[in-house]
Amino acid sequence: MPEITLREALKLGLREALDCDDRVFIMGEDIGLFQGSYAVTSGFLDDYGPDRIKDTPISESAIVGCGVGAAAAGLKPIVEIMTINFMLLAMDQIVNHAAKLRYMSDGQLEVPLVIRTVTGGGGQLGATHSQSFEGWFASVPGLYVAAPSDPYDALGLLRTAIDDNNPIIFAEHAKLYQVRGEVPDEYYSIPLGKAKIKRAGSDVTLVAYSRAVHTALEAAGLLSEKGVEAEVIDLRTLRPLDMNTVLESVRNTGRAVVIEEGWKTGGFAGELVSRIQEEAFDDLDGPVGRVCGLDVPAPYSGRLESKVFPEPQGVVNEIERLYGL
Amino acid sequence: MKVPANLGKEEAIGLYEQMLLIRRFEEQSDRLYKSGKIKGFCHLYIGQEAIAVGAISSLRPDDYIITHYRDHGHALARGMDPKVVMSELMGKVTGSSRGLGGSMHLFDVEKRFMGGHAIVGGQLPLATGLAMAIKHKKDDQIVLCFFGDGAVNEGEFHESMNLASMWGLPVLFFLENNLYGMGTHVDFTRSGGREIYTSADAYGIPATQVDGMDVLAVQEVTRQAIQRIRTGEGPVFVEAMCYRFRGHSVQDPMFYRDKEEVKKWEARDPINIFEQMMINDGILESEDIQEVAKCVGQAVSEAVDFADGSDEPGFEAIDQNIYS
Repeated sequence: MPEITLREALKLGLREALDCDDRVFIMGEDIGLFQGSYAVTSGFLDDYGPDRIKDTPISESAIVGCGVGAAAAGLKPIVEIMTINFMLLAMDQIVNHAAKLRYMSDGQLEVPLVIRTVTGGGGQLGATHSQSFEGWFASVPGLYVAAPSDPYDALGLLRTAIDDNNPIIFAEHAKLYQVRGEVPDEYYSIPLGKAKIKRAGSDVTLVAYSRAVHTALEAAGLLSEKGVEAEVIDLRTLRPLDMNTVLESVRNTGRAVVIEEGWKTGGFAGELVSRIQEEAFDDLDGPVGRVCGLDVPAPYSGRLESKVFPEPQGVVNEIERLYGL
Repeated sequence: MKVPANLGKEEAIGLYEQMLLIRRFEEQSDRLYKSGKIKGFCHLYIGQEAIAVGAISSLRPDDYIITHYRDHGHALARGMDPKVVMSELMGKVTGSSRGLGGSMHLFDVEKRFMGGHAIVGGQLPLATGLAMAIKHKKDDQIVLCFFGDGAVNEGEFHESMNLASMWGLPVLFFLENNLYGMGTHVDFTRSGGREIYTSADAYGIPATQVDGMDVLAVQEVTRQAIQRIRTGEGPVFVEAMCYRFRGHSVQDPMFYRDKEEVKKWEARDPINIFEQMMINDGILESEDIQEVAKCVGQAVSEAVDFADGSDEPGFEAIDQNIYS
């Protein structure tokens, strides 16, 4: 199997959709002439032309709303919002419109819309450009949320997202575009709401998504040196959420720690902890832990920023604190 | 406006009947709200009938309409069954969305009625998307997008005007300026003066103002706008000056405006104006007026009976249409 980067996997998926379906078009800020601020759509304008690759003004609300309207009228728009921080300017269209039209019209309208965006911190971009809001969107009925951690999942989930008839937030972590992985030449897709066990283990379950999966895998390596075998679960999608895979693992290990890059207070990790203790309380050997982003606006200083996001050693320390392992 | 020479009796009856249907339907909605059969928010269209009827009667069946939350009038003018609309207002299973949407969220996608939308300004970006789909498919429909004077101070208004103009999208931006955003007069919300249509200049969109109490004037302006849009020349902006005879919603005690102002506008009641014009010009006779009133009264009464006699939705509806 060929090994490609996550960026290349996304390009493959987008090109495939543009090639196969005339209803598909991509719209967003600087996706065309500028070649995409994270270079995912580089070369697309030349190959598909300005009717399919539409550069937009910096008008996030109109971009998303235009996508919702076009979807409601039978197209399959793929909208790019440059980073998840800018999604705040389009919250009305995402939450009040994309997520609600189907329900409020009792199924008369469908919104087959993919909103691709870039999430996460770690690039010393400061407080306004380092946030992770995918958990917020996952709390909204009517939206789906995907957050892949490797090229295989990125392509498999993107294919499903584009085929699906519901609005989906597709959150790509800024630090994962260069991650390499094997992607088969044969067609495959990954259903929404199916988590993946990235590493088997019987002592503790680590639950994560997006970049935190890599943090969890590194932590599992450190734990293994101590004789502790961690099972690492990649949620892949936050909504729908595959609790079965998580609970099955927790019932086996008796211990669970959730790792999330977003803030601890009100974060998606808290939701997972609640569900685990609600459904598997009798199988737990201790409290369910969280290793999350520090509850601060992300500082610019690299020295300070290095303390903000979850690190493998932090996961190891938390497991020792909670379970004495 | 002068009555056009080619206005036939049948067409005149059609316009009159639609306006009167909206008026009587809304008066009934008011009563039903006060008797507790309609709940939530209920925004009446009384006083603005000439706009929905004049504009929507100028459309083709395959054109799109998208509007704000004061949407009963637009829905009826588009030909939605009063029974179905009233059932939705009463939250019944026979409503347009089985009672899931309510008064502010009426939809009839078969009639290309793409919804009442209840977040001020939220329908404007959606209108650009509908228009973009038309252009993408190389079709020649247009999108008629209604909004109020409250919406023009939202960013979504300006973002959408810019996008539509830049991409030459087939949208008719139709402002119903009833002078009040809830209880605040445009004099306190708009820096550029009352003539809001001039703001379209900033986006290179041709714009005009029309008397929103005159159904024939509204119809004529809309027809001209549509003609231009359909030839692919991009969006047009129309501002119709009008007045909401009732409060913002049924519960509004209207502390913010004096009765004299209301009376002054009521003297320009769009239905009375049209009726007088038709009789003076000999197009309609008082028997025609009585006949229409009878038909409309019956239709509204049947709608109420139908809705009242319908069941509430079963609990299975609660989560059936969140996802496809």
